[in-house]
Amino acid sequence: MLKIKNLHVKLEEEDKQILKGVDLTVGAGEVHAIMGPNGSGKSTMSYVLSGRDGYAVTGGGASLDGADLLEMEPEERAAAGLFLAFQYPVEIPGVGNMTFLRTAVNAQRKARGQDEMSAADFLKLVRAKARTLKIDADMLKRPVNVGFSGGEKKRNEILQMAMLEPKMCILDETDSGLDVDAMKLVAEGVNALRDAGRSFLVITHYQRLLDHIKPDVVHIMADGRIIRSGGPELALEVEQNGYADILSEVA
Amino acid sequence: MAALDDVTVKDGVEEETVEAVKSLAGKYKYGWETDIEMEYAPKGVSTDIVRLISGKNEEPEWMTDWRLAAFARWEQMDEPTWAMVSYPEIDFQDIYYYARPKSMEVKPKSLDEVDPKLLATYEKLGIPLKEQMILAGVEGAEAAPAEGRKVAVDAVFDSVSVGTTFQEELKKAGVIFCSISEAIREHPELVKKYLGTVVPASDNFYATLNSAVFSDGSFVYVPPGVRCPMELSTYFRINAENTGQFERTLIIADKGSYVSYLEGCTAPKRDVAQLHAAVVEIIVEEDAEVKYSTVQNWYPGDENGVGGIYNFVTKRADCRGDRAKVMWTQVETGSAVTWKYPSCILRGDDSQGEFYSIAIANNMQQADTGTKMVHLGRNTKSRIVSKGISAGKAQNTYRGLVSMHPKAKDSRNYTQCDSLLIGDKCGAHTVPYIEVKNNSSRVEHEATTSKVDDEQLFYCRSRGMGEEEAVALVVNGFVKDVLQALPMEFALEAQQLVAISLEGSVG
Repeated sequence: MLKIKNLHVKLEEEDKQILKGVDLTVGAGEVHAIMGPNGSGKSTMSYVLSGRDGYAVTGGGASLDGADLLEMEPEERAAAGLFLAFQYPVEIPGVGNMTFLRTAVNAQRKARGQDEMSAADFLKLVRAKARTLKIDADMLKRPVNVGFSGGEKKRNEILQMAMLEPKMCILDETDSGLDVDAMKLVAEGVNALRDAGRSFLVITHYQRLLDHIKPDVVHIMADGRIIRSGGPELALEVEQNGYADILSEVA
Repeated sequence: MAALDDVTVKDGVEEETVEAVKSLAGKYKYGWETDIEMEYAPKGVSTDIVRLISGKNEEPEWMTDWRLAAFARWEQMDEPTWAMVSYPEIDFQDIYYYARPKSMEVKPKSLDEVDPKLLATYEKLGIPLKEQMILAGVEGAEAAPAEGRKVAVDAVFDSVSVGTTFQEELKKAGVIFCSISEAIREHPELVKKYLGTVVPASDNFYATLNSAVFSDGSFVYVPPGVRCPMELSTYFRINAENTGQFERTLIIADKGSYVSYLEGCTAPKRDVAQLHAAVVEIIVEEDAEVKYSTVQNWYPGDENGVGGIYNFVTKRADCRGDRAKVMWTQVETGSAVTWKYPSCILRGDDSQGEFYSIAIANNMQQADTGTKMVHLGRNTKSRIVSKGISAGKAQNTYRGLVSMHPKAKDSRNYTQCDSLLIGDKCGAHTVPYIEVKNNSSRVEHEATTSKVDDEQLFYCRSRGMGEEEAVALVVNGFVKDVLQALPMEFALEAQQLVAISLEGSVG
């Protein structure tokens, strides 16, 4: 599914190397978690994969189902099946949440040569998906993320994910700023989407999200590299001992 | 459930818009011309020309005299230079002031007698002059109410009105809706009583010129207590070359009446700039309400600033009676140069004025637009929401005056002007003038300038939208407050215009 090979990335504006050779392969249907201290390059990786401006790839590459991701425009990556749940979802005043969703769904369908979804079908679908995420009619009507609470914003990201049905989902600290109940709701939303054809890359600081979204593989990232990979027990180890042990081990 | 159903309706509208935007692909779609035999008055302006226009319209002597007085005044006046716009000097003697299709020489008695070419012109513009339920261009829109709505249209082609629909039905309700030339002939008592009382013939350079040479326009009178049974609309088309359009609109809403009026404008693509200097006067009596909406889409010139319409317009509403209400809504996307300040004189106590505006300037366009809210009566309220969007090398200025006179106790104004810059070669300017001459009134002003946010664009694109679609979505959100104030049909057209005029201006 997702293959990242020796990826080197620096910030365009300042000459600062952030990723220093990341190697990562996520197979179809797998859930991988990436943990790591602040500033290790986790979010940068998610942005580079989804095509945000401001980063220069200085070496290596990334592909989705064999297609070179880094050559594509952000919308092409989305149409190819990549989805990033933002750590800080963006507010768009004046644009209804529903309109936004429908525009996105139809843009992707069009890019894939499919017919646009009719208003009725779309409405049916969005209502059903919103219900499971406890997103009410009012939230669908309000402008995208404007005045949403932290929990509402994150649930909204998951709703978008559910509607767009991507193959490769990247969740960038989706648990940050959530209370326990909100986190559960989000995790349930994610779990409902797990299937053999869909993979997840879950970026998080804390083990607690992984109690709800059980990963197949856990990676520890530090200073722009993945320094250790293992099973779910690795996350527990971090939770108990922090990163210091692992970091010193590698050094 | 009901709430969600509402969502579908809105959603449907926007979907239509996105579709239309895609299919229109950024071209000025009204740039064609009608090949029709025209009759011109000689170029230039003089007392002879003023008499000639007055004669063509078979006007009574008082009208001719009024025009001649305005002309004498105009000759003493200088063109205003304070607006933040620049354009080559206009040679006022090199313009045709009167152009009418030959076929209009004998005034058609009904729409059936109008030259089919003229009817076809409006048909092509999406404004069929048949008496039908709904304006074209909205048929098939999911959001349109199933039973349809009636809109009466007055069509002005160059210097003359070619026809007005639904006149009979309106007459039954007591509403007079006709061309101003017809009103001068048929209802002289009303015209005499109101013409020039809101915008005096000596008001400003262009209004004075208009007073001397206006050739046609629309006239509306809604009698006391009548709610006009349908929306009224005038569609202005400049077709002939080197011709100025000087139309005059006079709307009178008598006590306790209501009318909603729409105005649309287009012109062919030409290399030579053309002048459009209109005057709109609105009189709102006690407890009456007038909504005036404009979707201005005159040819804006090409990307190098060649050609286009110079749109120098004076629009003013006078809330004469207590509790009178007026609302201006405008979407300005066309014209090479725009100079326009629809204003409200809040004379009656508790009267209200509202101004909602979107001005979009792309390429080399220049817009200097805004409003004046003159509070004279007690407890008067005004609200201004202005959104300026600049792209390409365009310059967009909001210029507004809020004036609270000594007697306007406890009055309130709220002004919000936001500017959005797309790209780094365009400009946005805000010039608010505020005068408060009493101590119980309140004036609030908010101004913001923002660039289309890269974060927002990336967010949209990461969900699969193309760059232009993303810009259209974000900008449409920005202008929503204004679009919501427009009647349904115009909201649709305006949304399309917003997206079209920004096409290709990303970055």
